[in-house]
Amino acid sequence: MKLSRLIPLMRKELIHMKRDPRSLVILFIMPIFMMFIFGYAINMDVKNIRIGVCDLSKSSASRDLISKIKASPYFRIVEFFDHPGRSEAFFLDRSVRAVVLIPREFARDFEFRRFSRIGIIADGCDANTATLVQNYLDGLLSGYTVFSSGKQTLSPFVYKPQVLYNPDMQSSHFVVPGLVVLILMMVGAMLTSVTIAREKETGTLEQILVSPIQAHEVVLGKIIPYFFLAMGIALSILLFGHLWFKVPFLGSWFWLMFFCGLYLFTALAIGLLISTVVSTQQVAMMLALIATMLPSVMLTGFIFPIASMPEILQVLTKFIPATYFLIIIRGIMLKGIALVELWPSVCAMSAIGLFFILIAVKKFSLKLK
Amino acid sequence: MDLIIEADQLCMAFGSTQALSSVSLQVEKGEMFGLIGPDGAGKTTLIRILTTLITPDSGEAKVLGYSVHKQSAYIRQRIGYMPQRFSLYPDLTVEENLRFFSDLFQVSREERESRTEELMAFSRLSPFMKRRADRLSGGMKQKLALCCALIHTPHLLILDEPTTGVDPVSRREFWEILQDLKGKGVTIFVSTPYMDEASRCNRIALIHQGTILAVQKLEAIKKLFQKTVYAVFSPDLTGLSNHFKKDLRPEFVQILGDKVKVILNKEDGPRMENLVASAADQGHTVHHVEQLNPELEDVFVTLMNERDSHER
Repeated sequence: MKLSRLIPLMRKELIHMKRDPRSLVILFIMPIFMMFIFGYAINMDVKNIRIGVCDLSKSSASRDLISKIKASPYFRIVEFFDHPGRSEAFFLDRSVRAVVLIPREFARDFEFRRFSRIGIIADGCDANTATLVQNYLDGLLSGYTVFSSGKQTLSPFVYKPQVLYNPDMQSSHFVVPGLVVLILMMVGAMLTSVTIAREKETGTLEQILVSPIQAHEVVLGKIIPYFFLAMGIALSILLFGHLWFKVPFLGSWFWLMFFCGLYLFTALAIGLLISTVVSTQQVAMMLALIATMLPSVMLTGFIFPIASMPEILQVLTKFIPATYFLIIIRGIMLKGIALVELWPSVCAMSAIGLFFILIAVKKFSLKLK
Repeated sequence: MDLIIEADQLCMAFGSTQALSSVSLQVEKGEMFGLIGPDGAGKTTLIRILTTLITPDSGEAKVLGYSVHKQSAYIRQRIGYMPQRFSLYPDLTVEENLRFFSDLFQVSREERESRTEELMAFSRLSPFMKRRADRLSGGMKQKLALCCALIHTPHLLILDEPTTGVDPVSRREFWEILQDLKGKGVTIFVSTPYMDEASRCNRIALIHQGTILAVQKLEAIKKLFQKTVYAVFSPDLTGLSNHFKKDLRPEFVQILGDKVKVILNKEDGPRMENLVASAADQGHTVHHVEQLNPELEDVFVTLMNERDSHER
């Protein structure tokens, strides 16, 4: 390898970037934009859920309960009604997502038996929301019995789950690191595959191949400049997540950026691998998106927990670099854990990255097809 | 006699299409060698094999004495190549492109500077040094590509249809530059679909459907041609040509402007006087008949048809 040839190759890439500032701006703006959109869209916190209340009890106890629900940020009571049969109509026109049914005996039972039933009807079409509504109401109501009666409850166990690292269960705290993982993989794979496909498309690759240039010089001449570009993008979206979505950052920036670099090398190598099989920029872009987005979203634990996947898919997740980087980034950002605990993930990620780089360099040929 | 290119029985197929079948040719030091043939004849395939961009299915070729199979790195370092399509970086300036290619070939700084000056002088691109390559005219682009291919002072220049899509004035200028280079001792291997350009080459190879029809000096190729070409002037070109086609193979009767071009065998077959007489009997007006010098195109058409009829 000759540095005197590698440097001109990299300088040429820099000129390409400089001459095309629009693409450069898009490269930086798009990830932030995606982060912004998805950061809000993949929101698993449920707030302001529209609910209806059917109060048959009409007692001070029931009014007390209703004011508790009203005070909660999770619910907005949009309908009060007296006949339980009307709830179906509300569900059908989607004006409410859940109905709280306070039975006639509510106050009496509460007074004499210190135990009363409340009906909760949730709209199961959106199973996620339904479960969340149930859980939130559950929490709200169990608190109600404990605090408002002032007496001992009859329940033999009182449990209060404690959530560590993300005590408010803010979904942005786990969505944002996941998005960083996803975006970097997509952008990294796209950068290399598209630029090499462009050289094929314009014929410049054919021209530069008839020279003493070597395969790894072409590869490194592409990867190194885009590596720094991708690191810049990584830093910008991490800062955006930290400052805009207020995702905590407990661990070390240095180590996160270091592992980010390892991860990006893998992404760039995957892009390189894609570029060896495509000949146009459009196909390269589509393939890079499909090959990276689907696995990184579905099979990494970003959205669906790995533990609840079928076993075959669980095995598959072990071969996806994003799986490990997700563990690393969540660990460093949210838990601030030390490297000691991360090394298995780091090793696995590096091994996969190395594997991709080796294959990509091997498959990258100095011949035309 | 030094052989710069030696191709021996090269074969190449893409899927079911035979792009080259058993192509052999030799190019001598210091000559300008033309590879002439229509689109799809296999010119680019042959050139890509010689530049080691693709590996032939069988056969061997030596370029500057190095094998295209085993010593491609040596070949790539020593030749200048200009692909058919403009293949420089469009967003780099003339200067940046030249700089990039000189770095690629590890040309030293002093050499680059003197070489650039020299190349800019003969290509007359100096006023455009700071212009982006995509803002050059077609002719200037080709000259820049040539300069980039020459920046490392190669011994052999391989050009794939360098003048396709270039205006006639620039074409002539480009060929004059090539002539100059040849004068300086550079061996040139150039492909072209234009017959008129072949006359500028020392020797030419006619290629058709992946087969070399002939490799000769231009005059020798014309001598190969055992036919005479006539131009028949008439007000009724269509009628006349249809009449001739009754006696002759349709490929040898061609309407060209205000005349019908007829190619006849020298030795046997119908004679021109008889044909004209019978045409007059049929009521076709014939003004006069002229004998033409055979063009390379005529030779090519004839050779192509002879080969095709052999196959049938």
